[in-house]
Amino acid sequence: MSLSRILNLRFVAIAVAGLMVAGCANKQNGLPDNAAGLGLGGAGGMGGAGGMGGAGGGAPGSSQDFTVNVGDRVFFETDSSSITADAQQTLQRQAQWLNQYPQYAITIEGHSDERGTREYNLALGARRAAATRDYLAQLGVNANRMRTISYGKERPVAVCDNISCWSQNRRAVTVLGGAGS
Amino acid sequence: MDFSRTTIMRSLCSALIALGMAGFATIGTAEARVTIDISGGNVQPLPIAITDFQSQDGLGAQISSVVQADLKRSGLFAPIDKAAFIQTGLTPDTSPNFQDWTVINAQALVVGRVAREADGRLRVEFRLWDTFAGQQMDGQQFYADPNDWRRIAHIIADAIYKQITGENGYFDSRVVFVSESGDKANRVKRLAIMDQDGANLRYLTEGRDLVLTPRFSPNRQEITYMSFGNGEPRVYLLQLETGQREIVGNFPGMTFSPRFSPDGQKVVMSLSQDGNANIYAMDLRSRATQRLTSTAAIDTSPSYSPDGSRIVFESDRGGRQQLYTMNADGSNQQRISFGDGAYSTPVWSPRGDLIAFTKQSGGQFQIGVMRPDGSGERILTSGFHNEGPTWAPNGRVLMFFRDSQGGGGPQLFSIDLSGRNEQKVPTQGFASDPAWSPVLG
Repeated sequence: MSLSRILNLRFVAIAVAGLMVAGCANKQNGLPDNAAGLGLGGAGGMGGAGGMGGAGGGAPGSSQDFTVNVGDRVFFETDSSSITADAQQTLQRQAQWLNQYPQYAITIEGHSDERGTREYNLALGARRAAATRDYLAQLGVNANRMRTISYGKERPVAVCDNISCWSQNRRAVTVLGGAGS
Repeated sequence: MDFSRTTIMRSLCSALIALGMAGFATIGTAEARVTIDISGGNVQPLPIAITDFQSQDGLGAQISSVVQADLKRSGLFAPIDKAAFIQTGLTPDTSPNFQDWTVINAQALVVGRVAREADGRLRVEFRLWDTFAGQQMDGQQFYADPNDWRRIAHIIADAIYKQITGENGYFDSRVVFVSESGDKANRVKRLAIMDQDGANLRYLTEGRDLVLTPRFSPNRQEITYMSFGNGEPRVYLLQLETGQREIVGNFPGMTFSPRFSPDGQKVVMSLSQDGNANIYAMDLRSRATQRLTSTAAIDTSPSYSPDGSRIVFESDRGGRQQLYTMNADGSNQQRISFGDGAYSTPVWSPRGDLIAFTKQSGGQFQIGVMRPDGSGERILTSGFHNEGPTWAPNGRVLMFFRDSQGGGGPQLFSIDLSGRNEQKVPTQGFASDPAWSPVLG
């Protein structure tokens, strides 16, 4: 438990960077610009602190709240899309939060590490995103709020050539979008 | 540039005779004895003298240097340093003093000339001599737009390669690939096309959208690839001549890993749905789609046999990724790879005799080949990360991309089927996902 806590804390730092990357990627791809959701508390206008909430926790219901306090990503074992015990805890928090703030639609981005071939990794990322979506759906998140996309090995968050990075890249990231999709 | 309209007129020895060069064209080529047997393993490169083609400007020397670079890079020829040449000023009209060439151990000799026609076209002639037999092996001339001088050089190199090895050449061909730049975490990827030797680089996309796995159509006029443009990752079709692009099919999910059928009428690809990936073929004219696999697994990287009757693909239906073949309609699916490791990205050789693949084993990424029944597996290269082989049009050479540990990004390499003669393919910046075109012809 303590180890997973430490890991989660470590990932908070990269999670913020990851969101920025995701925002850029989405802009590039012509998707709805998710930047509007960053730290603005969604439709409720709660806080509106622009992501500057005190200790970095964000106002309740803000996307920063989601990223920092809930945890926006889960990690996978090599070549696996099974939801691990740690991931189950994160997704339970995500589901609770998403059910509390129904104004958000979400995109679940599936990713792989670089230790695989391109086509398979695209499919593996899709499989991880689907597994994450299905788990959230089981916990009551309406499937209509969720879409998935796979980036395969194309968008790593950690860029070294060894296992310490690869384990961070095998992930599914829940990205908050605007209303409805 | 529109290569389909490029008119390059070829004529064999008979044309040289017609031009009044009969004196040197009458010797038959059938009994020429200079050959390289490239079917065996250990090939000794053939010493060859390639003289600067005669011309009014420097173009003749440029053409012969491209011919020389092609032949040298093939690993089958050892061009002799021009400083060692004894006889100089040779033209296609004069018979070489063969002793001057045999004494420097040139087993073959190439002589040529470039002239400009009144209509502005180039006329390029060459002759290939067997110096020890004292016989002409080949003599051809070509007319072409001056802008196409590199193609003429590649065509001449192909002719020499064919005369001496007995195999078709592959130099008059191009490569489409993904050019990479920027941070690894947010790489900018652009489709790019170049001659097989790295010349005439041209970008086909601007880098705004993430693009992957471009593949040539058999007529070389179209590229199919995967792009994240417009949000949903999809398989696209790009017309090289017009730049027009369109999404292939209307599928309810991510489509990826496309490849043309050998007749160019279909694109076969994967569709991702609910975490599974299955293989579909779409007829480009009728737009009819046919589902070829139906498993709760990842089936991807389909590649047709050259006769179009079979498809090789990868699947993890049995656990790890392995290679399978099936009939083009999806029937008779059977596993062909059984080695220790994961097999992926299979590509059927244009000769039909082999399937190239990526293999992950012992923490290494390897490029290998096996027969279509799975027998005779051979690993050609192994390292931190080698991936995505593509065949030269003659089925003798493979190109792939390699990421060196700590190297920052991927580069293109080529390697002979023998596992020898590994060569870096020159590109600007990082490059991945190469696909070799058929010979332009």
